[in-house]
Amino acid sequence: MTKIVDLPEGEFVLSGNRACAGCSLGIGLRAITKALDGQMVMTVPASCLTVLGGMYPVSSVTVPWINVAFASTAAAATGVAAGLRAMGRADGLTVLAMAGDGGTGDIGIQALSGAAERNEDFIYLCYDNEAYMNTGTQRSSHTPRGARTTTTWAGKRENPKDMPAIMEAHGIPYVASTSAVYPDDVYDKVAKARGIRGLRYIQMSTACPPGWGFDPRDTVRLGKLAVQTGLTVLYEVQNGVFGLTSASRTLAQAGRRRPVAELIAAQGRFKGMSDEDVGEIQAWIDSRWERFMAREADPAGH
Amino acid sequence: MLQNPTAGVSLMTGNEAAARAARLARVQVVAAYPITPQSPVVEQLSKWVEGGELACEFVAVESEHSALTVCIASSTVGARVFTATSSNGLAYMNEQVWWAAGARLPIVMAVVNRSLAAPWNVLNDQQDSMSERDAGWIQLYCRDNQEILDTCVQAFRIAETVNVPVMVCYDGFLLSHTVMPVDVPEQAAIDAFLPPRPKPLTVVDLADPRNIGQVTLADPRANAEGAVCHGYMELRALHQRAIVQALDVIPRVEAQYAEAVGRSWGGLFWEDRLDDAQIALIAAGSLATQLTVTVDALRAEGIRAGVLGIRAYRPFPVAALRAALAGRGVALVFDKALSYGFGGPICNDLRAALCGRADAPVVFGAITGLGGRDTTPADLADAARRALAEHDAGVRERADDWLTLKL
Amino acid sequence: MGTSDCGHEISMATPSVGEAGKTGAWRSERPVLVAPEACLAVKAGKITCQLCWVYCPDACVTRSVGPAIDLTYCKGCGICAAVCPAKALEMQPEHEPGTCGR
Repeated sequence: MTKIVDLPEGEFVLSGNRACAGCSLGIGLRAITKALDGQMVMTVPASCLTVLGGMYPVSSVTVPWINVAFASTAAAATGVAAGLRAMGRADGLTVLAMAGDGGTGDIGIQALSGAAERNEDFIYLCYDNEAYMNTGTQRSSHTPRGARTTTTWAGKRENPKDMPAIMEAHGIPYVASTSAVYPDDVYDKVAKARGIRGLRYIQMSTACPPGWGFDPRDTVRLGKLAVQTGLTVLYEVQNGVFGLTSASRTLAQAGRRRPVAELIAAQGRFKGMSDEDVGEIQAWIDSRWERFMAREADPAGH
Repeated sequence: MLQNPTAGVSLMTGNEAAARAARLARVQVVAAYPITPQSPVVEQLSKWVEGGELACEFVAVESEHSALTVCIASSTVGARVFTATSSNGLAYMNEQVWWAAGARLPIVMAVVNRSLAAPWNVLNDQQDSMSERDAGWIQLYCRDNQEILDTCVQAFRIAETVNVPVMVCYDGFLLSHTVMPVDVPEQAAIDAFLPPRPKPLTVVDLADPRNIGQVTLADPRANAEGAVCHGYMELRALHQRAIVQALDVIPRVEAQYAEAVGRSWGGLFWEDRLDDAQIALIAAGSLATQLTVTVDALRAEGIRAGVLGIRAYRPFPVAALRAALAGRGVALVFDKALSYGFGGPICNDLRAALCGRADAPVVFGAITGLGGRDTTPADLADAARRALAEHDAGVRERADDWLTLKL
Repeated sequence: MGTSDCGHEISMATPSVGEAGKTGAWRSERPVLVAPEACLAVKAGKITCQLCWVYCPDACVTRSVGPAIDLTYCKGCGICAAVCPAKALEMQPEHEPGTCGR
């Protein structure tokens, strides 16, 4: 486990970019680019990341970046990888598809599923801020139950889609779940993925101050609290073998999960949620956590 | 698949001719999704790739939208790419058709012309490619299987010269599945005609990291060095300039191809007995070939008919058409497509091009062949006689003539 | 003299800081190193901790013994002050309350 103080110094994300103040995507992207040492080509669909990347004629990153249509991220990464191979330029370069939860689990899922079934050779990283944030916080398949968005004014009724599980079902060599506020965990997972061939899928929980309704200064605190409740779980599955990582591993071994009520109370998007609703979410988290515990006890089983 | 030569004349379908052309062009990435009547193109290419006869990355994508996306991305990193589709497949990738053109990528795509749903119909008309005519691709239409092979090869050269993608369109089933003799050129001749793809406009380089296809504002904006760079409108003007430039490039590439291989197809369009024609019969694709048979029959009965076969539909060869049709009394344009709420696309574009010209023919329109409705040379001859008779009676404007309609 | 002088044929950009301008203008409060002696790196005399560095979304905090903040681009999000285990950083208002910034 790489320590924060040992993360490489070089930066590939430039200051003065257009992301919101306190956006955890910036924290995550810095760690991701460090893990790849900038030796990458990115495919980025319409998303907050597009905006962070800048508007013509100025780029906010010092890595090659190709903007692509919303539904197409995984197919674009497929094409970059195929083109690089055809040109004899693939060695030493990682193709990184990086999309939001909507671009991954909703409009982009078909291309992603196809790429996974073919085991195309790139890293797909989904940064999950749990709604269509770039267009003003409309609900996505990843919006949690009870969250208010501009298309679920009374709170979303459905639980969020479990993309890592869906990707595991494709039988790809590496699936992981991480969080932008654990940059050391992000770094280690991306660095590990870098050395694996085939489709590597990483989901990164990405706290969003304006969309979730909290002060930007709390980005790291709340992101960490989410892990401490067991809502966000840091884990990886390599060739079908499961393992918790980082703070989730520590929590499983020694800790007591914090009640989700605390996390819910801290976010404006859950304002007005009844105690009963909070109780249902707690029960949902509890039962999920038990399944994770069972997998941790029997890593190669399912 | 009948014969499979490396060079020389053999019998092949239009689809085989298109696949053979992509192979001759040494295409580096192919991504395609099957759809009737295009599927044999993809089948042939994948067979060659698996058999080691074509050194190419073949991606069996899960949809047409992804097919063109893979082509866009591979082309961005500098590879020569090819795909093919028809009908609803083309409609499904419509977003990416616009993307490829705006991104100025020299992609070549064979469009095996087929009608659009709804309702379902697997047979030929030209509605699919016509529905994409505004997107900024060069569109070339082929009259037979030899032209398909030659045009697909030329398409790479044209595309890579002006950095505009090219659609090579040919009629589904009528050409795609019909066997004709095709002369396959020597690989060496094509290599001399078509060198490897030049350095792309797009830079993908760790030493010079660029951000490609970003949000581009309405107005010009300065970069960090203070250089005022384009707004969206300026980039679109450059695109328009490039596609219009193809009006010169298409005939020039034809001439170069003729030098290498000994065949050419007329450049922007071709003419048959047009010089003294009292009625010009105009169409794109295999319909134009049929029109030459129609002209035989009409001339035998004393009607001086001639054919103008559209090859380049986009860019639309305004000046050349004005010159070719000057002095002709009547032009009858046969469209296998419609711009619903208005009329046939080729017909209306031609009227617009000739508008106000003193020596231009009267332009009448005919709609035919939708959903694979058979159009015989006799049907075409009847339509020509009707148009001529109406014109002789003083009619200068009339509703489109829907051939063989049985409502 | 039009935009053609830029020589670009497509939308393709080169990197620079400040794509969104001087984003320091966004903030209403700024991080101040009020207790440098409390900073864990300063106390240890070497690169340690570095949480403020790793958690700045905009790479505006140096990786050093005692942080320096790039106030040209710091958006004033407050994360660095919030994560500092030594409370060496504090967010302070850009302007006096009730006064206009201009």
